[in-house]
Parts: sequence; C-alpha cells; structure tokens
Amino acid sequence: MNKLIVSPSPHIHSDESTRRLMFNVVLALLPTLVVSIYYFGVGAIMVTMVSVASCVLFEYLIQKFIIKGKTTISDGSAIVTGILLAFNVPSNLPWYIVVIGSLVAIGVAKMSFGGLGNNPFNPALVGRVFMLISFPVQMTSWPLPIESRLKYIDAITGPTPLAILKEGLKNGENISQLTDKLPSHMQMFMGLMGGSLGEIAAFALLIGFAWLLFTKTITWHIPVSIFTTITVFTGILWLINPEKNADPLFHLLTGGVMLGAIFMATDYVTSPMHPLGMWIFGIGIGLLTVIIRVWGAYPEGVSFAILIMNAFVPLINRYVKPKRFGEEVK
Amino acid sequence: MSSILLTSIIILSVLGVLLAVILYAVAQKFKVIEDPRIDQVEAVLPGANCGGCGFPGCRGMAEALVKADDFGSLFCPVGGNSTMAKAAEVLGKVAEAKDPMVAVVRCSGSPEHRPRTLEYDGATSCKLATMLYSGDTGCQFGCLGLGDCVNACQFDAIHIDPETKLPVVDDEKCTACGACAKACPKFIIELRKKGPKNKRIYVSCVNKDKGGIARKACSAACIGCGKCVKTCPHEAIVLENNLAYIDFNKCKLCRKCVEVCPTGAIHELNFPPRKKVEAATENAETK
Amino acid sequence: MLKTFPKGGVHPPENKISANRPIEALPLPSKVSILVSQHIGAPATILVAKGDKVKVGQLIAQSSGFVSANIHSSVSGTVESLDAVMDSSGYKRTAITITVEGDEWEESIDRSKDLNKTISLSAEEIIKKISASGIVGLGGATFPSHVKLSIPAGKKAEVLIINGVECEPYLTSDHRLMLEKGHELMVGIQILMRALNVDKAFIGIENNKPDAIAHLQSLETEYPGIKVQALKVKYPQGGEKQLIKSITNREVPSGGLPIDIGAVVHNVGTAFAVYEAVQKNKPLFERVVTVTGKELAKPSNFVVRIGTPISSLIDAAGGFPEDTGKVVNGGPMMGKALSDTNVPVTKGTSGVIVFKETDSKRKAEGACIRCAKCVSACPMGLEPFLLIKLSQRMMYDRLETERIMDCMECGSCSFGCPANLPLLDYIRLGKGEVGKIIRARKN
Repeated sequence: MNKLIVSPSPHIHSDESTRRLMFNVVLALLPTLVVSIYYFGVGAIMVTMVSVASCVLFEYLIQKFIIKGKTTISDGSAIVTGILLAFNVPSNLPWYIVVIGSLVAIGVAKMSFGGLGNNPFNPALVGRVFMLISFPVQMTSWPLPIESRLKYIDAITGPTPLAILKEGLKNGENISQLTDKLPSHMQMFMGLMGGSLGEIAAFALLIGFAWLLFTKTITWHIPVSIFTTITVFTGILWLINPEKNADPLFHLLTGGVMLGAIFMATDYVTSPMHPLGMWIFGIGIGLLTVIIRVWGAYPEGVSFAILIMNAFVPLINRYVKPKRFGEEVK
Repeated sequence: MSSILLTSIIILSVLGVLLAVILYAVAQKFKVIEDPRIDQVEAVLPGANCGGCGFPGCRGMAEALVKADDFGSLFCPVGGNSTMAKAAEVLGKVAEAKDPMVAVVRCSGSPEHRPRTLEYDGATSCKLATMLYSGDTGCQFGCLGLGDCVNACQFDAIHIDPETKLPVVDDEKCTACGACAKACPKFIIELRKKGPKNKRIYVSCVNKDKGGIARKACSAACIGCGKCVKTCPHEAIVLENNLAYIDFNKCKLCRKCVEVCPTGAIHELNFPPRKKVEAATENAETK
Repeated sequence: MLKTFPKGGVHPPENKISANRPIEALPLPSKVSILVSQHIGAPATILVAKGDKVKVGQLIAQSSGFVSANIHSSVSGTVESLDAVMDSSGYKRTAITITVEGDEWEESIDRSKDLNKTISLSAEEIIKKISASGIVGLGGATFPSHVKLSIPAGKKAEVLIINGVECEPYLTSDHRLMLEKGHELMVGIQILMRALNVDKAFIGIENNKPDAIAHLQSLETEYPGIKVQALKVKYPQGGEKQLIKSITNREVPSGGLPIDIGAVVHNVGTAFAVYEAVQKNKPLFERVVTVTGKELAKPSNFVVRIGTPISSLIDAAGGFPEDTGKVVNGGPMMGKALSDTNVPVTKGTSGVIVFKETDSKRKAEGACIRCAKCVSACPMGLEPFLLIKLSQRMMYDRLETERIMDCMECGSCSFGCPANLPLLDYIRLGKGEVGKIIRARKN
C-alpha cells in the first residue's frame, strides 16, 4: 500500500474553481460579443482581440519578468478584464490606445497592487477612465451600429443618446423636442444606438445576467440594487418635471448601466462581501450615476460611480458584518 | 496692492503666534514626565523588539531595567553581556556576566534515519499538524519540518536544510531570543550554553519511547540505554523517560559520551577532528 | 412541510453508497484494544490488571469525574496488556488490550430480541443507568450523555430533539438504524423524554432518507409525543445549533448551550444505546459503523465491538483497494484522516471512509478573489476570508472580536472555496490560540 495521506478536514472539495468562475463570466459575455460583432463588425473584432491579447500578455510579462513569481494567466481573470475593457470603448478606437489602456488596467490597476484579489479598483474601469481622460476625442466618437460594420478607424460616427440629451437640455430644448433625435426604447433595448461596443445591447447583457445567476457565479444583490436606485431616483425627477428629465427606462437602457451593473460592479475583488454591504454599494453607484448624468459635466457617469464606490468597499466590509448565528437581535 | 500684501502678512503672523501659544499650552498641560534614563537605556539596547527578554519590546525592557534594583534575571539575549554592561553603566549598576546561549535543535531525524510513513497535505504549519496527528514518521516526538521556527526567527538565523528536512541554526546570527523554542509545538528546540569556541555536546533527540520502538522509528534516536550516563565522569547526564539529557552547566566537553552512544544521538559541534586511527581512515576514505 | 436553517450551508455530493446494506455483525476479532479515553473529559481509571479474565459487558475502567464515562469490555478473554497503543492521530494513548476467548456475556444482560416497551425506572434512575452504561454522544462528539441529561439548576428542558439528520456524505449508520430498529429507537426516545421530564420530542431527518421518515412516521401513533420532522437536505444540518434552529426556529446564543433555550439534542445512535442500556441492561460496548468508499468492493454497515482494529473492518468490506490514499475516521467533512489503519474503533467512530489517492490530495491553492462564497456558506455567519488572514498574521484580539470561537469547524468554507484555500486549517489554528488566551485570562 502507498503512504497514507493525512490532511485536516474537510476531505472533499466542491468542483468550484477560480478558472470555472471566470469561464462562466466569459460565457455570460458571449451573447453581448456576438451582438456587438453583428452591429460593429470589423471594429468590434479588432478591439476585442487586441484588448484580450494585450491584457493576457501584459499579465504574463509582468509576472514573469518583474514579479518573477509563478504565472497565473491560466485562471482566466486577464481574459475577463480584456473583454470588459474592450466592451467599454468605442469600436473605432485605434489599436495602440487599446494597448495603452490594457497596460494601465493590468499593470497599474491590478499587478501593482499584488495581482488578482488585491486590487482595490476594477482594472477594466481604471483602464477605461485613463483612456477617457487621455484620449477624450477618440474615446467619445461613437460609430453608428450596422452602417459601420465593415469599417474600423474610419467608421461613420454619431452621438450617444445620453450625449444628445445632455447637449439638447443645455441648449434649452425640452424632452418632447428631443424625442425625434433619440432612438425609441425598443431600439435602445435591442442596441440600435451609438455607444461603447459592449454596452449597447441590453437584451444580450440581460441574457448574460441570467446565466451568471443560474450558475450562481454572482448574487442578484448588486445589479438589482443599482437598477432599483436608478429607477427610483430618475423616476422622482421625471415625475417632478418630465420635460427636463428623461424617464427611468431611458436611463436604464442607455450608457453603461446594464454593462456596469451586471459585469463591472459585481467584480468579486472590488465589491462588498455580504448582502447588506452589496445593497449599500449598489445604492451608492445608482445615486452617483444619476447625479453625474443629470448635474455633472459628463453625459455618462457609471464608470466614475463604480470607481468611487470601489474606494468605499474596504470601509463597507469593515463595518457591515453578516448577522452572526446566535447573536441577540434587538 | 501693497495693502493686500500687508494684511496677508499681518494676519498670517498673528495666526502663527496664536497657534504657537496654543500648542505650547497644550504641550505643557499634557506633558508626561518620564525618567530620561529610560531613553538612554533604550538607546543602548539592540532595538530588535524580539521579545527574547520577556518584555513586549526594548522599551519595556528599558523601563524594567531602570526600575530594577539589581538586574537579577533581567537579561537581553540579543545584545548579550556587552549590552548589559553598557546598560549597567548608564544606570550606575552592576550587570553580572552570563554565559552566551544559542538555540539547539534536538532532532536528527533526517529522511535517511527516519523514513517517512505518511504524507502530510495541509497548511504549512507545525502547530496545525500537531493538532492533527503525531507526525509523518513513526516518531511522535520528532521534528515535523514545516518551519514554524523559521517563521518565528527575526534574525534569519534558522533554516530548514533541504536534504535533512531539519532546521539548522546559524551560530553567528542566533541571538538566543528563544522565539523558535517557543514556536516549536514539539519542544525540540532548546537554548543551551554556546560553549567555548562554540563547542557543545548535546543529545539530539527528544524521543521518550522505549528503546525498541524509538529505534524502529528512527535509527538516530536516543534509545535510553544509559551508556552515556555510566560513562560520564562529571555526572552531567540524566536518564528520564528513556531519554538522556546533558546538563550544559555540568558538562566539561570531554566527549566520552559521544564515543559510547550506539545510535549517534549525541552530537558534538565545532570540535577539532579526533586524533584516532578510525577517524584517520574515515578521512582517507572521503578523500 | 420541509424545514431547514436559513443561513449558510453547502450541498456536498451525498455518495450514500451503503444506504441499502442492512446492518450486519462483524465477526469477533482475535484481539481488541479499548482506549480509556474515548470521550470528551477525563480518561477513565483502569479497574483490571494484566492477566485478568473479563466477560463481555464487564466494567473495566471507571469514570473518573462528572464529565467522564465508564468503559466496558467488548469481548470475553484475558487482559493482555495495559500499554499505550496508537490512537487515530498517531499519538500513543493508554488502552486495555484483551485477547479474545469465546464470547461469554455478563449474565445480567438481556440478550433476547423481544421489544420491551414498559419503562419502569424513574428519571434519576434512568440517568444513573445511562451514566453506569458508559453512554456518550454517538454522533461523533462523544460527550458523556448523562451530563447532557442532568439539567443545571435554574434551567428547564422543554423539547428533546433527536438527530437523525446524518448530513455528512457517505455515512449511513444512523439511516440503517432508523430503518431496522425503529421500535427500539422510539422506546429509547421515550426513556430520554422521561429522564428530561419533557412531553415533546422531534426526530429531525433529512429528506434524502424518505424510507426512514415514512417508517418512523408510521410509528408516531404508537409512541405519543414523538414527531418526525422532515428537513431539507443541507450540510451541516446535523450540527446541534443548526438542527435546533431548523426545528424550533430558535438560536442558541453565541457561547451558550442548547439548554439555554430549553432544547436537548441526542443522536439516534445514542437513543438506541439508551434503549439497550435501560431496557436490556446492556452497556455500550458495540456500535454501528459505516465502512464505505467508492472503490470498496463491499461497502457495509457493521455492528462492531469497541476496540476492533479499523483494518479488520475494511478487510470485511472487501479489503483495501489498490490505490488507497486516505482513510478517514468519521464523515468526509469533519472526520479525521487516520495515520495508521490498525487503530481501534472507539465509541465515536461513526464511519470509516476509504478514498483513492487521486481523491485524497488537495488541489493547488490560488489567490483569494474575494468571491464571498465562504461568507455565504458559513452557517454561523462568520467571515472565513477574514479569519484566515487574521490568523496568518496572528492578530488574535481581532480574531476574538470577529467571533472565531463560534466556528464549529464544519468545513463548509474550505469545501466551496474556488481558490482551494485552507480556510479551516488556519481558522483552527487561530481558534486554538484564541482559546488559550481566553483560558489564560480566566485563570
């Protein structure tokens, strides 16, 4: 007989693994990728490929030559970051900007904090915001879906619904005057509007959400709390003055709300650990998003809202504790 | 224009003076009067805060030294006699010289001597392994080799030898703070007298099993035969629970016990090679 | 309606391979080694000497305090030695080794199979009898049963809960016992009810044992006051605090005992042993042990005499498979890996599981990705991801305020960790240290 193995209990382990979780996230992102390729064609393929490849490569190089530790690219987290980074930029973004964004996302936001599990901010969002501030022109020219399918850098561009709204309201126009310029709710649900390549198609993102819930990769708390907060907050504004404020559904379907709430805010590393903390986190993101959209200088605020709330996560984790068993309930 | 400049200068100056007065008043009010000798003594101490003296840190030791009438049991193992003498000088007291100590690992159970019968698969911690089982060999007393002592050492003075899988103490770096001895859940590590020119003799085994059982588990185990006890001319060796122990205060380093030990459990360190025929042939063979 | 506890829990694969195997008696071994410390509390004092002849059921070591238990001989024969033998952790412990000669029982034991339903003893007499018979909690914790039945002054038991959950995967001994000894079990529960002076008892059984639920439910009318409560399958429902929560929806306060909220929990195995002790005058010297494993030729449920070497159980179940990697004493979630297979069966041995080598090793550790699966798995509402870090950094004050002492080491956190972190390993370590600090503070 062999040498017996002695180890502390438990002696069995579930088939859960980091790689499997990441794989499920990638699967959940696939419908959106397919829709994105349908709408933006060459550009979507190009940007996604460059982003994923450079994220994985940077992680490998940093681990191999700077940290000189074991490489962990096989856990799939760099692939997820790569896809999410690509989903957060327009499909006509030049490849070298994507590479710079990947370097910031992986090198600065992730590896410099100690790699997977230690980064306080969502790497993909740090990369996106860095690009947005450094390359504002390229980051805010949005290719029109379907029409620019066969073009990459030279795609025909147009504004996003949120930009139309911001611009219009600034010029003193009312919502009813802007309705002709804005896509209908159904078009927005299907993704027929300008925007980053992965944020437009709400229905595809919701399919991904269903998959994540079904596989128990994430819990419902964060996305639902964000959706609820945005609906309630914009709903109140809309009821007060429907001529100056867009309806809640418009806010939910435009910009990065769906992508942000389902895939970015739920990032394990940068979100709270217990349901109550998740609610606080989600409500914070919802409030900040609406505040930036309605009163801020930028037409869109989901990325900033998530990054700001990321900074509060350690605090939330420190003070919001799960209910202990046997604790006296007051 | 110049009036703006002037007002700014005046306001800032007034503010500065005012704050300085407040700061001074607060500092006076909350002033803690402390024996200045504590700082002086602390400066003499090594500043490693290792806890080897039994106090939380060097400051704690300094306070104790200042308070103490005579140093008695107070001793800084890291700084040794010279540090204690300096501290005594500062305080105008006398420090008795103590023998320098060193950590000694009392286990010789390398895989060669002590075959592994089990495989451990858990967190790398001797303490946890001890809670779980007796060890991955037939000897329930011996070293587990998971390195709690290495983690406890602040002076980088103890390492696991990759070949013998046993900890090895670096005499030069070891300060005898005792952190490793405290960390070892098997109580294998002992602080012993460093000895003249680092020469020392000790029983490198803590197995309390009966001879047959001990030997079956490990070929280098002390089997409690008592030959060393009979041989020792200085009555420095006691046999208790099938285990010999050499009292380092009585041992005169004559090496007679090393010669008679049938299993080689008694180790001698830093002695010159013996001038015996056997030793010579051994040397010849290795050449 | 199915009940369960609300917070935490995991669903490990059940693998109840031996569920259909009726309980059989294991042939007598040639030699037994009976440890004098098979229970929580002080070791028993030995009453026999080398060379003494003993009978089955004879008292050979006496309880040495209130929290301690009597030990009876499980065989008849000659005391061979009183030397230390290896226990399941590989440490040497004092044991009485007896060479088996024949199978001669004490005359006072009623060996007939007839059911005796009339309970003639009073509450005090019952507790005395249980104490004399050396009965301890047979679920694995081995806490002396008479201590649990002696209600401290100022407290009152309101409900008796019988633990038939058997939430550990693989194990089936309680399941078989409920199926085959239903009547005896019910009488045993009535004895316990009288000892505690309660009129209500619940038997908690998980829904993966529908045959046991149906069988015991059919007996409910015959034994008034006893109710079978079907429960949803969820590990660790067999934990005392979780079971009470599932059935009564009351929470044992942190650091408290079940009796603080009027509940007393006993295992089905214990209830059966109580029946045998009180009605048949038979002390605890044998128990049902599940011997199982995916590669084992004949997974079985055996009635085993205490002190039988575990290797002979495995031999009777078809012998060691070729690539045995690990042998576990108890369930796969909380059991102990054996360092030697010749160690004797004790009162706490509920099962023996043989794993093949590839199933025995842990997977490689990764980095914590803060997925919070350990937080949602913890039935005590703790945060294992935090406890492991604090434990590794030896921050014992923080560990105490984070309530590490509430951990019951069920292993749910380690089981589900996607990064395969040894969460429970370090929590155990921290618990040990914090426990020492607390004890030092009390003294």
